[in-house]
Amino acid sequence: MDNKRNLWSRVWPPALVLGILLACWQAAVSFALVKDWMIPSPVNVVKAAFASNVWPRLMEHTGATLGLTAIGFAGGTAAGFVLAALLHLLPGVRRGIYPLLILSQNVPIIILGPIMTMLFGYGLLPKALLVMLVCFFPVCIAMLGGLTGTDESLRNYMRMIGSGKWTLFWRLELPSALQSLFSGLKIAASYSVLSATFAEMLSPKMGLGGYMVLSTRGYMPERAFASAILIIMISLTLFGLIALLERAVIRWRPGKGETGRHVGS
Amino acid sequence: MLEVKKVSKSFADARGVKEVLRELSLQVAEGEFVSIVGPSGSGKTTLFGVIGGLQQPTAGEVHIGGQDTTGETGHVAYMPQQASLLPWRTVAGNIELSLTIAGVEKRKARSEALVWLERVGLAEYAGAYPHVLSGGMQQRVSFLRALLSPQRLMLLDEPFGALDALTREHMQKWLLSIWEQNRRSVLLVTHSIEEALYLSDRIIVLSASPAVILDEMIVPFERPRKEELREDARFMELRNRIYRHLAEGAKEAGGDGN
Repeated sequence: MDNKRNLWSRVWPPALVLGILLACWQAAVSFALVKDWMIPSPVNVVKAAFASNVWPRLMEHTGATLGLTAIGFAGGTAAGFVLAALLHLLPGVRRGIYPLLILSQNVPIIILGPIMTMLFGYGLLPKALLVMLVCFFPVCIAMLGGLTGTDESLRNYMRMIGSGKWTLFWRLELPSALQSLFSGLKIAASYSVLSATFAEMLSPKMGLGGYMVLSTRGYMPERAFASAILIIMISLTLFGLIALLERAVIRWRPGKGETGRHVGS
Repeated sequence: MLEVKKVSKSFADARGVKEVLRELSLQVAEGEFVSIVGPSGSGKTTLFGVIGGLQQPTAGEVHIGGQDTTGETGHVAYMPQQASLLPWRTVAGNIELSLTIAGVEKRKARSEALVWLERVGLAEYAGAYPHVLSGGMQQRVSFLRALLSPQRLMLLDEPFGALDALTREHMQKWLLSIWEQNRRSVLLVTHSIEEALYLSDRIIVLSASPAVILDEMIVPFERPRKEELREDARFMELRNRIYRHLAEGAKEAGGDGN
């Protein structure tokens, strides 16, 4: 009950601000402060989106974007997870690769888009590869950091009582890396939508990114705005799902105001 | 039970070779409680690392239960200074995991954990995560975990070092009451002379590094031990004897021991 009120008190201030912004936007267009063929009013965007000749197509493109995002996100994060585990279990290989992984953080991987298109054409493959690459790095690095950051005294204890490499990995290192893994997954979640839409813009046939490009070229700002809103909604939903999953998986975490572990009596 | 035979250990670093243990030999008999007291930096942690098999000694051998276990882990039940409970496992789950790693069947480990948590009055915390427990309670769980482990030798590494004085005395009494019903071979490392005298059958005094045995004494008090023991004249005498060793050791080491 208190929790509910708490939630409400956190939700209404930003909701109010958002409402005011939307009202200002609507007013600016209604009173012709901006031309509505440049920036459409929110009401017109919603109207256009639900028009019978737009909505089905919009949904079709949403489906395509969702599919691409899902394939890329799943493939990229799985690869990142597996490589992190491998590198952790093979310290020799890790020494060679880890610095390069860190360095790769500074490479805007999205720039590989046109190259991928050049190599693999305009199908699903180059787009999916791009999204996978973008999702791969943050997950791999976060996971490796988590695995290495395992509490040394816990590691000592587990080894002393006879845990082998595998027991150590499954029972200690992997669970203690979960928190970092989820930060990586959250970054990957928003990157995946970003890179999926970007990939679709490169060959604008299917997907919201492509639809957006075609709509702007055809001077149909309402449709462009509608696809933008859908993209934002996909991004927020994916992020929210990961956050929910995190809460479901990591239940042992001390709550706020409680003390951490290993404190005095 | 445990035999440490002429174990030496040195570490090499950029500034040269540092000898931490020099030809150290000691035994713990079946069901015996032995304490090691020494100034900080006397290589007690290294000694435990060698006995537990985490570190290979430079020379010498470790035998546990008549078997050469030098450099092999998994032969000791261990209670470290920090409770070292896995934060994502419940209290009962932590005990269960350590027992299964040591080869106990899962169902048996589970029921054993629950029975003993009940017996020591921690039943209500069986399903709780460790972070809700106080430091003293965490150490009780950690001790229980070591006690229930099937390995025949228990290593206690300054188990109460991080607790305040009062909790510490409570814990000593508690540990003793359980240990006296269920005698296991124990090797305890401690800073506290009184703790060693109160708990053990025998005390080994180590010098500052390289660690050699300065003195060894039988603690003559019968069991079960009483709290009043601490005021016994023989208790005082033994305490002073150990204290003098440590003070001399500290002087020789340039006064930086404590």
